[in-house]
Amino acid sequence: MAMMYSEKVMDHFMNPRNMGEMEDASGVGTVGNAKCGDIMRIFLKVDDDGVIQDVKFKTFGCGAAVATSSMATEMVIGKTVQQALKVTNKAVMEALDGLPPVKIHCSLLAEQAIHAALWDYAEKHGVKIEGLEPPVNDIEEIVGDEE
Amino acid sequence: MEKRFVYADHSATTGVRPEVLEAMLPYLKEEYGNPSSIYNMARRAKEALEHAREQVQKAIGAKAATEIYFTGSGTEADNWALKGVFEAYAKKGDHIITTAVEHHAILHTCEYLEKVRGAKITYLPVDSEGFVRLDALEQAITPETILVSVIMANNEIGTINPIEEISRICHEKGVLLHVDAVQAVGNIPIDVQAMGIDLLSISGHKFNAPKGVGALYMRKGVNLPSFIHGGDQERKKRAATENIPGIVGMGKAIELAVAEMEEKNKKLIPMRDRLIREIEEKIPFAKLNGPRENRLPGHVNFSFEFIEGESLLLLLDMAGICASSGSACTSGSLDPSHVLMAIGLPHEIAHGSLRLTFGRENTEEDVDYIMEKLPGIVSRLREMSPLYEDYVNGNVTPIIMKK
Repeated sequence: MAMMYSEKVMDHFMNPRNMGEMEDASGVGTVGNAKCGDIMRIFLKVDDDGVIQDVKFKTFGCGAAVATSSMATEMVIGKTVQQALKVTNKAVMEALDGLPPVKIHCSLLAEQAIHAALWDYAEKHGVKIEGLEPPVNDIEEIVGDEE
Repeated sequence: MEKRFVYADHSATTGVRPEVLEAMLPYLKEEYGNPSSIYNMARRAKEALEHAREQVQKAIGAKAATEIYFTGSGTEADNWALKGVFEAYAKKGDHIITTAVEHHAILHTCEYLEKVRGAKITYLPVDSEGFVRLDALEQAITPETILVSVIMANNEIGTINPIEEISRICHEKGVLLHVDAVQAVGNIPIDVQAMGIDLLSISGHKFNAPKGVGALYMRKGVNLPSFIHGGDQERKKRAATENIPGIVGMGKAIELAVAEMEEKNKKLIPMRDRLIREIEEKIPFAKLNGPRENRLPGHVNFSFEFIEGESLLLLLDMAGICASSGSACTSGSLDPSHVLMAIGLPHEIAHGSLRLTFGRENTEEDVDYIMEKLPGIVSRLREMSPLYEDYVNGNVTPIIMKK
């Protein structure tokens, strides 16, 4: 199994960035389900200017699920919520030097986890994020579109 | 302990042992004759072939060496048994009974027979430890039933099925019994005559023979049609120039495996039981999959709640430990192993399964090393897991009770 992952995926899996919880998160999003074997939870801390100051994640899933969560947190930190929305699963995959085809759904899950946390933040703070859709919890629905 | 390399995946495959390689080498080098030719060198290859056949015959208690047919794999033997019986017994019926916990070599062949050839297939349920339900077997047999195919020892959870009882039920109703013994050969005693087995599949690489060689035992009187068409090899039933080095290797390997089985199991059973005990003592929310009795000697399978199997395998690999899992992520599908589903595990528990299978070269130090690494790896993944966080925060009730 290890050989099918890029060095970057293995690095983020072995040394996950921003792994943990956040007590005073501005927004929290959880996507996926244990049935299909992947769950991601993202915590965001957003300042008054709408800039993401801190991100934490927790993931139940395979090596790719952990690595995409880790990479996604790195890619949204320091961005505005509007910019964070533009971090796509493709960008996360490219940053990891690619994923095996069967693991593409992990990157979609990471994208959706960020969106879910942004949605939670927007709802709690009465903020409108242009272009943000309600989170999709069942990732199989969007995996279908991708293939 | 210093970092070790621990190969604990013997149910996946094993390495060729030196004695086996030594037996094979002449047939890879100077003794390369084709057994179908007539000169002296070819005769020597033919003798080696027949000697290996006798070694396999003795190892499984067959009446005659002519009941052994060499194949290219255990999978081929399984395919041959099912497709062959379906074809040869078409006049009697079209119903085949198998179980929900078979290897894919059986299950996918059954699917093919069902979808393409119009066979009727019954998949027997198993109990929570993976044993075939005998009452279900009795009820499933109809006048159209031509074959029952049951796995002797389960590759994923190690369950050893009561083959004699299954055979008695089949033969009372005049139905043939095929047994997939790929995981059993060399690990538990097999006597096809005493056990009442009509067809039996063997795979060499599970007991230190090379990959690419297997065998089908076909009891005299069970006359299956040729599976590979071509020359007259294997008494016209399995064409193709014989893989003499592989077959010689399998003969030597099965002879050694059976001769050393008792000694090996005296070592492996206590190792297995100690690993099971220590995991249960030291790792909370861990559940043994498969039975404690009637279990393959070196076979351990646990589910760890809140974590996922592939992550577990990657971290174990980093620590030098080779193992496997029934997680969906290791199979490339979204569903976890059909065996773990069949014994009634919920998805989230099936995803967190770990199989450790020991063989002849493993030692108690390997168990020490696994127990040095595994608890920390499980904790590390739980620290990462949102499911474990939910449990710690009191938001969910665990499925596996804490000891």
